[in-house]
Amino acid sequence: MTPPVLNLSMLELAGALARREISSVEATHACLGRIEAVDPRVKAFLRIDAEGALAAAEASDNRRQSGALSALDGVPVAVKDLFLTEGVETTAGSKILAGFIPPYDATAVKLLKGAGLPILGKLNQDEFAMGSSTESSAFFPTHNPWDLSRTPGGSSGGSSAAVAAREIFGALGTDTGGSIRQPAALTNTVGLKPTYGRLSRYGVIAFASSLDQVGPITRSVLDAAALLQILAVHDPKDSTSSTAPVPNYMAEIEGGVSGMRLGVPREYFVPGMDPEVEHAVRQAASDLERMGAKLVDVSLPHTRYALAAYYLIAPAEASANLARYDGVRYGLRAQVAGGLREMYCRTRAAGFGPEVKRRIMLGTYALSAGYYDAYYLKAQKVRTLIREDFLRAFQKVDAIVSATSPVTAFKLGEKVDDPLAMYLMDVLTLPCNLAGLPGLSVPCGFGTGDLPIGLQILGRPFDESRILRIGRAFEREADFAGRAPPL
Amino acid sequence: MKLTLQEVRHVAALARLSLSPEEEERYRHQLSAILEAMELLKALDTKDVPPTSHAIAEDSVLREDVVVPSIEPAKALANAPDKVGTSFAVPKIIE
Repeated sequence: MTPPVLNLSMLELAGALARREISSVEATHACLGRIEAVDPRVKAFLRIDAEGALAAAEASDNRRQSGALSALDGVPVAVKDLFLTEGVETTAGSKILAGFIPPYDATAVKLLKGAGLPILGKLNQDEFAMGSSTESSAFFPTHNPWDLSRTPGGSSGGSSAAVAAREIFGALGTDTGGSIRQPAALTNTVGLKPTYGRLSRYGVIAFASSLDQVGPITRSVLDAAALLQILAVHDPKDSTSSTAPVPNYMAEIEGGVSGMRLGVPREYFVPGMDPEVEHAVRQAASDLERMGAKLVDVSLPHTRYALAAYYLIAPAEASANLARYDGVRYGLRAQVAGGLREMYCRTRAAGFGPEVKRRIMLGTYALSAGYYDAYYLKAQKVRTLIREDFLRAFQKVDAIVSATSPVTAFKLGEKVDDPLAMYLMDVLTLPCNLAGLPGLSVPCGFGTGDLPIGLQILGRPFDESRILRIGRAFEREADFAGRAPPL
Repeated sequence: MKLTLQEVRHVAALARLSLSPEEEERYRHQLSAILEAMELLKALDTKDVPPTSHAIAEDSVLREDVVVPSIEPAKALANAPDKVGTSFAVPKIIE
């Protein structure tokens, strides 16, 4: 039986804390108890920092009389293992970083701590965020709380599973090609990928630097907005961190969708899409229409090229970013009889898993002499066309709605031996990253076997307020996210 | 697009990855299949399209040239697999 407090949203818990109905220490203990009860089956956590979280919770309770640090002071959260956490082991789900203790906090982690949120631990993920199922984690796969034989999505699958399973009130993930939105869709949670540059990536282990973005996974759109408000701070330590003004994301979030024009891209109803997903998403779109939005048929003609462009650009950038794991400054070092070069090659062979090696190989090939123009440069040009598709559509509409994932949660093991089938899981989410847009996934129904379905809402650059407002209007009407998995 | 074993070994060497013979064969097949799927892009005329490296580009970001403390050597070396004094130690480079 889940203690009722664990079903509260982050803002509801914050209210209960403010009214002294519960303390942050009690809420943190409730999470720890829940983790102990269900995580042996869900396996969302790689590491638990009970001591650090309880100390932060106690500090939060102590200052409650003098005034809270933020709207979410005292609300326990957890972060994907890609975020550096000072003094707490950080591995990015990889053996090559086993035992690595970061000397500093990622900016996002620092902001959470500064806002008074206890951080309960590190969440499982695909190795270096490369994957769509958490099965490429070097440690173990995470299981979907809605059906333990299935994936919670990926790469932020530990984050989505922990939030869905009521082990934690909210979590941070990262999204390079859908790694926040897809796991949110597969677990009946809310996932927000902000505009490229909106949140700092300082101290977040890099995968593909022109695509990576940090964001929240929560059980309500309001919670996602509240976390975004805490994290949207210009950071001089990240040269891509935007100086665009940060609005008050709560100000108009209850404003509804009346009069908004929502684009429904015909290319996003792809062959091979689960008919239940299509039905739920079309139903959600007509619900939004009933609430006062106007649905507009739009075309994003280069959509079919996005997957190929992405799977050249992301591995190319990854192959450069992952060059730093060479056994010299941190992490694993293979013991070899030979010289430096042999040490590099053996360390990387022993430390990286099959998916990471595959992407390093693919990216290195795409960047290598003789192939650069045909692959990498070509992909960057296609990226321009994809971005222009969106900008053209946004002249006609205020936001775009589609499915987040073409299918519901698939079985663990089903796609691990077929990389291309796995890559197809990102087909509806990755164009947003190529274009740098903000994207939100909100629960919009259930398919066969009570498997969750997500609605994706894409917005103009830096227009997070609007997609949150649309998501909130839908959530208020439907409230699928209120449903808990049978654990 | 079929990669040769020689190409696979060349790319692995560039990437500083030692691969087993089984891995070489597996990646030869998998990368060939992936690159074949990428051939789709060739159909698209992009002659006059400029490349996009970052979707939301900030201009060159500069900061004031002021000295700020960085991580102390002991902390920076704490995760090193091998060290000598305040340096990272590596296997011999020059025989």
